[in-house]
Amino acid sequence: MSEHTTDQAADHFSHHIRRYLFVFYALLFGTLITVGASYIPFGNREVNIGVALFIAICKASLVACYFMHLISERKMIYFIMAFTAFFFAGLMFLTLWSFGDFPWHTVTH
Amino acid sequence: MEIPYTVEARPDTGLYNAKVGIWLFLASEVMLFGALFSTYILLRVGAPEGFWPHGWLNIPVGTVNTLVLITSSITTVMAWASLKMNQFSRFKFFHACTLCLALTFVGIKSYEYHDKFMHYEIILKDGKIADGHLVKRTADEVTISGHYVEDRKELFDLRAAGAHHEHTEITIPKAQIKKMENYGPWHSTYLAIYFTLTGLHALHVIGGAIVIGFLWGPGTRLWKKDPERFTNRIEISGLFWHFVDLVWIFLFPVLYLL
Amino acid sequence: MHAIPHPHVHEEHHEEAGFWSKYVFSTDHKIIGIQYGFTALCFLFFGFCLMLMMRWQIAHPGVPVPLVGPLLEALLGPMAAKGIVSNDLYNSFGAMHGTIMVFLAIVPLAFGAFGNYLVPLQIGAPDMAFPRVNMASYQFYVLGGVVMFFSFFIPGGAAQAGWTSYPPLAVAVPTMGQTFWLLGMVLLITSSLLGAVNFIATVIQLRAPGMTWMRLPFFVWAQFVTAFLLLLAFPPLEAAGVLQLMDKVAGTSFFLPTGLAVGGNLANISGGGSPLLWQHLFWFLAHPEVYVLILPAMGVVCEIIANNTRKPIWGYKSLVYAVLTLGFLSFIVWAHHMYLTGMGIRIATFFQTTTMIISIPSVIILTCMFISLWGGSIRFNTPMLFVMAFLPMFGIGGLTGLPLGFSYSDIHLHDTYYVIAHFHYIVAPGTIFALFAGIYFWFPKATGRMMSEFWGKVHFWGSLIFMNLIFQPMFAQGMAGMLRRMADGGANYSTAKNPDAIGGLSAHMMELHTYILWAAVGLALAQIPFIINFFWSISHGTPAGSDNPWHSTTLEWQTPTPPPHGNFAKAPQVYRGPYEYSVPGHATDFTPQNQPD
Repeated sequence: MSEHTTDQAADHFSHHIRRYLFVFYALLFGTLITVGASYIPFGNREVNIGVALFIAICKASLVACYFMHLISERKMIYFIMAFTAFFFAGLMFLTLWSFGDFPWHTVTH
Repeated sequence: MEIPYTVEARPDTGLYNAKVGIWLFLASEVMLFGALFSTYILLRVGAPEGFWPHGWLNIPVGTVNTLVLITSSITTVMAWASLKMNQFSRFKFFHACTLCLALTFVGIKSYEYHDKFMHYEIILKDGKIADGHLVKRTADEVTISGHYVEDRKELFDLRAAGAHHEHTEITIPKAQIKKMENYGPWHSTYLAIYFTLTGLHALHVIGGAIVIGFLWGPGTRLWKKDPERFTNRIEISGLFWHFVDLVWIFLFPVLYLL
Repeated sequence: MHAIPHPHVHEEHHEEAGFWSKYVFSTDHKIIGIQYGFTALCFLFFGFCLMLMMRWQIAHPGVPVPLVGPLLEALLGPMAAKGIVSNDLYNSFGAMHGTIMVFLAIVPLAFGAFGNYLVPLQIGAPDMAFPRVNMASYQFYVLGGVVMFFSFFIPGGAAQAGWTSYPPLAVAVPTMGQTFWLLGMVLLITSSLLGAVNFIATVIQLRAPGMTWMRLPFFVWAQFVTAFLLLLAFPPLEAAGVLQLMDKVAGTSFFLPTGLAVGGNLANISGGGSPLLWQHLFWFLAHPEVYVLILPAMGVVCEIIANNTRKPIWGYKSLVYAVLTLGFLSFIVWAHHMYLTGMGIRIATFFQTTTMIISIPSVIILTCMFISLWGGSIRFNTPMLFVMAFLPMFGIGGLTGLPLGFSYSDIHLHDTYYVIAHFHYIVAPGTIFALFAGIYFWFPKATGRMMSEFWGKVHFWGSLIFMNLIFQPMFAQGMAGMLRRMADGGANYSTAKNPDAIGGLSAHMMELHTYILWAAVGLALAQIPFIINFFWSISHGTPAGSDNPWHSTTLEWQTPTPPPHGNFAKAPQVYRGPYEYSVPGHATDFTPQNQPD
């Protein structure tokens, strides 16, 4: 966004800067608990994967929303990223599904 | 007629041109890394039971690298905020930090790559397998610091209980070696996708650092002529940098922790 | 930053201003568009020549190619020994014909040339949003083209595993041609990505005041959707290209399965990879790619129909929603190219369903074009002839795709000549006809002269007749079971060679190859008037007489000829939609978009 770069902006920005620092601490914390959680024996590896991905999505959302200002972006950008997210999901999910789907009576070792 | 909206926002979209451009480019990058993450998932799901590696990467080193990149993200946004507040010297300071952190990241990554290239798996003619880091290589023998295993499967899950081995110096005459291969991308599909994902990511780090470095150095001429335009360039390069950090936020747990 | 154009000053400094910065390293979208156009037409010609040599070999296996045989041997060495197209050479011609036509000819012409030249003009912008990125995208294209071209001359020749480059074959072929192909593709994909970002940002941000989304010429909508397809679908292929490059050069096994044996010997690889993974990543792009091939052509067709029927396009809103839906759906149909890879019923049904659904917006678009002719005051000039032929030709191509989209009928038709006929009908008398129409139509805007109508009609009739004679028999050959990519044209599977075999290719099916060859030669001859007409008319064609000889409503025709640097002295104000033809009560039968009431 192109606001005027005057000194009045400094006051306006101190509130933003507090937010940036808060996100930074959250990211540091998130990193440490991701590492820690990977050592917890949940028994089932899928749970570890789920926990790690969940924390990663939270961290990524913080970076995108606050550092990249996505939370206050314009509709046009949301449109572009929404389509991208849909096609990204399609690529991952459909490819994975096709690997797992076999004709009847197929022998899988 | 000049190209409009290079600095001021177009009224109906609320955006200036370069901002649309960079988000479009980032969309394509999402698809690029998405394809590679798909590849990772498919290779892992398709691997036979017990033959997908765990614990082959140094977690403390990876964690440090993650913290380095996250710190570079905050310095990047602070650099842009400083310009918005007309504080040019603080911008210079913060982006200098960003560049140092970028170099640190690449340095640590290079150390990790080197470590993998020094790590060898040696299959002997009698069927035994030796695994360890190269100490010395002469004309007729090889010395590694590692251990022997009977079953190759033991080399894979290093995070399992009881996976820790004593590392001793083992010298093997070359005549007894059937196959000697280091832990490069050719070693296994896990390392192949590891090197490709982190390599491509590292290229993006280097590319981003070059752009930020240029803007920090010779590019600052624009600050005097058109400060708003220069600030926008810092914002655009910052968006790219945050994306690079975002990719690593997923790469780190997927490759190092899972 | 562009200065206000001063034509006299430029002319004075013509020699000093530098040929290089004005014509070679230009950032002006019009020059870049023309650069793309010339380069693409050269590659179109080259790909056509490859096809002629392939058709010769198919019709006369083992016979030296007439006229050019000795030249082939001199240039390509043992692969073309005695001037005969050897099996390996045939395979590389086949792979490169496809690659060149799709990535080096049609897309650069339809998107790079027409898109670059016309989109900024039609939206009332001074240039693309990022002119230097535009120049870079052309340079990457040329670089990629050079790499692809030179791959013919390295030992072992060019890539041989089809334009689809399926591993393990593509990786296992021991020569460097495939590596060159992969590097070339990375460069071409980079070019396309840069172009796509530019197009989308330009259409979003640089529309002139009053140029709302629903006042855009359909051509711009078509290019806009095309750009989105390129932006989001190409990166997975770029990733796949890098992975295959690593398989070839770094010994990885992304696409190489465990236990792979090459030439009877176990390959020294880690294994664990999947050939199917390549297919998914490849077709994720390659399906949207076929819509990249057709959408700009549909845009051209709509512009020319509106102009030559002197009435608005029927169903503008339907066209817009249809093209948006088409673009969206094109991302989730790709595995209909993979029905025979051992897919399960559920996933095959999913892709079959989305494939059937995507035919709906295609039909809507074609229907709107057909209905637009109704009640029109049709001018049968050369562009209009090509465009009118496009309609049934694309219709045939599209309809013949239906048995391929159904998984059960595809079992019989997959990888046969039927597929070749289907997609060539869409691209050859489909897209290429539309692009020919576009060349004849916009020639006076770029040069101020008209191309010869007489020779244009000769070109049209010759191309129409011979294209049909080439591709129509292939439907029959495909249904008879003739497979693609056979260097001997299927002679090994003919009843002549195997009298007792069931389902062998009959003498009649084999004989068709000879007729197809003659038709291909006829098609080649029919292009000669076009090539001569094109170059001759640049300096000797009938002067257009005005900046708007076709009496068109869109903004590119409201500029001087050729449009100056910066296009418009100041931003045009748009008052109306793009197809205000024959508005009742108006003095003229057309009203330009920027004409106030």
